[in-house]
Amino acid sequence: MYSFWIIFKQAFKTKAMTKSFMITTLVVVASFFLLANLPSIIESFDGDDNSQQTIQVVDGTGQYTEALQAQLDQQDSAIQLEASALSEEQLRTDVEAGEMDAFLVIEGDDEITARYIAESATESAQAAELENALQSLQTARVAEQLELEATELAQLFAPVEMEREALAESSKSQEELSQARGLVYILIMVIYIAVIYYPNMIAMEVANEKSSRVMEILISSVSPVKHMFAKIAGIGSLGILQMMIFALAGYLAIQSSGSDLTEGVFSVMGFSEVKFSTFFYAILFFLLGYFLYAVLAALLGSLVSRTEDVQQLMLPMMILIIIASFIAFSGISMPEAGYVTVASYIPFFAPLVMFLRVGLLDIPLWEPLLSIAIMLLTIGILGWFGARVYRGGVLMYGSSQSLKDIRRAIKLGNEK
Amino acid sequence: MMTLSIKNATKQFGDFTAVDDISLDVAEGQMHGFLGANGAGKTTTFRMALGLLTPTQGEVLWQGRRISYADSPDIGYLPEERGLYPKMKVQDQLVYLARLRRMDKKQAEQGAKEWLERFEVPHYANKKVEELSKGNQQKIQLIASLLHNPKLLILDEPFSGLDPVNVEMLKKAILDFQRHGATIVFSSHRMDHVEELCDDMSILDKGKLVVHGSIREVKRTFGKQNVRIHSDADITALSELPGVEKFTAQRSGGVFRIADEAVGQNLLARALELGPVRQFALEEPSLEEIFIEKVGRAHV
Repeated sequence: MYSFWIIFKQAFKTKAMTKSFMITTLVVVASFFLLANLPSIIESFDGDDNSQQTIQVVDGTGQYTEALQAQLDQQDSAIQLEASALSEEQLRTDVEAGEMDAFLVIEGDDEITARYIAESATESAQAAELENALQSLQTARVAEQLELEATELAQLFAPVEMEREALAESSKSQEELSQARGLVYILIMVIYIAVIYYPNMIAMEVANEKSSRVMEILISSVSPVKHMFAKIAGIGSLGILQMMIFALAGYLAIQSSGSDLTEGVFSVMGFSEVKFSTFFYAILFFLLGYFLYAVLAALLGSLVSRTEDVQQLMLPMMILIIIASFIAFSGISMPEAGYVTVASYIPFFAPLVMFLRVGLLDIPLWEPLLSIAIMLLTIGILGWFGARVYRGGVLMYGSSQSLKDIRRAIKLGNEK
Repeated sequence: MMTLSIKNATKQFGDFTAVDDISLDVAEGQMHGFLGANGAGKTTTFRMALGLLTPTQGEVLWQGRRISYADSPDIGYLPEERGLYPKMKVQDQLVYLARLRRMDKKQAEQGAKEWLERFEVPHYANKKVEELSKGNQQKIQLIASLLHNPKLLILDEPFSGLDPVNVEMLKKAILDFQRHGATIVFSSHRMDHVEELCDDMSILDKGKLVVHGSIREVKRTFGKQNVRIHSDADITALSELPGVEKFTAQRSGGVFRIADEAVGQNLLARALELGPVRQFALEEPSLEEIFIEKVGRAHV
């Protein structure tokens, strides 16, 4: 056990002290604070929006300007209209000369037509506001002509009420579902990144030790199996530490933004109805997914002689993770689809897909338990198999870049 | 007491036989040299001794048992392919590798310091290995193999790629280490190193053990001697005498290979007849000659 801890500590320490690890951690933490405070940051840049915007109006009929102003005020618009004494032609030359941003021309008796003339089309927010106000004005005028009452008008524009109701027992109500969805989406993202990032670290570590030839010294001192699992445990702990830092940073960031997690953006993410079990399952599936892919990565890393070849050999594993993520992300909108259910029992997809199901659906407990058991079994088999490949693989040098080398490695491991 | 005992060890990789039925004992406290061309099976033999490879047949025993990871603290190994963490500092690296062999941290730190001083490189303690020259890396590698005070030290080509000054330094260190009671097995392609350092030696050829025993015994049982005669007269004709197996001409005479000592006396008498003899010597054959004779080609 002594040497297990030595390797464990070494793997943890050397990785934690690397610049890339520290920078990654800092960047993510910084971006959390940035994101959480984004609304207030944007507001601070938008200061001028609230200043008054005065627009010259050429009103051919002379009867709309006042009504339009009233309508704009009702809309909480900052636009101030000013009847222009100048002709359209003169105003055009002013805009072209850059002395004025835009002006409005209103024409027509029964039906209002208007033209918004600006130097460029970018002032569309202002144009849209004006168009909205004009639309309301027009509607009110027409209603008046048709002698409609205000209540009749309200009836005309009343939205249809449609409530969705799910009959299946397992499904959560629509409201619950949309609340859980945001959180589950984020956590799937986290698990997805973690099962790519940390196992990759392991494969690189193993390949590094092989290419620098220090491996032969290591495995003459400590058994390769112990070496492999100590390494996986060491980097796994580092992963947990990093995730904890991120979680803490995320929490503090949200606190610092002054939001209480139920308003605005966060209400969409479902933090208001946080379920403890969702987080529990997220940690569980993160760990299971990590171990599953870490063993696979260590096995693959032990096959190459040069670190340059690692990515090539890791490709099949990456494809597995990417397929899992496709299923999981597409499953967010339809978690009850048949293929999602099936995939949640396939060990390489389960960390993402079963988590999606327990996060979004009320499925009976035996389902995640069965999936976890299948994953544990697979980790066991893969660990046993990986240890055999690893024993042979670490002594194998040459241009090994294909999965065929697994057979060679097992043979060498057996001959041992 | 026999500490390292190789018993009928055979190692096959598929159809290829790397080591073919080798039997060999290395007594406690001895230094044993392995000679052999590339691919003769030296490294495979070492890996079997270390338990990195399991013999296809036969076994390798250390103090009567097969070597396992429980013996890790007692064994030191310098692999032929040198390997250290390029980005780790020398001191940290030495301590880490010694601790993997279950040495106490404090002792490892102290030991590393002493060995670095002994090899005249204490100022490298906090440098990364990749910043060191090849020769200095090799010093570090040797320290890594014996820092934890192993009882059995296996060195695969410990002197290759070193300048003469450093070879002497390492040789002395290894001899001192043996004097402290360690059993040492090493391979080399330099005959003179083996001749100088070892009590016992073996020659491997294509996986087979062709010669083994103490150096004196090997030379004696080789049954051949060299007669060196330096003379003013031309003595080339003497090579035709019965009992002379081989003649190597030199500037002022030559060396005759003979199997029977009496032939030597005969050679001297005949040389005196031809003219005055400046030098006459009966010499032991060199390991180089034995090697060429046994393996059938020069050892490179």
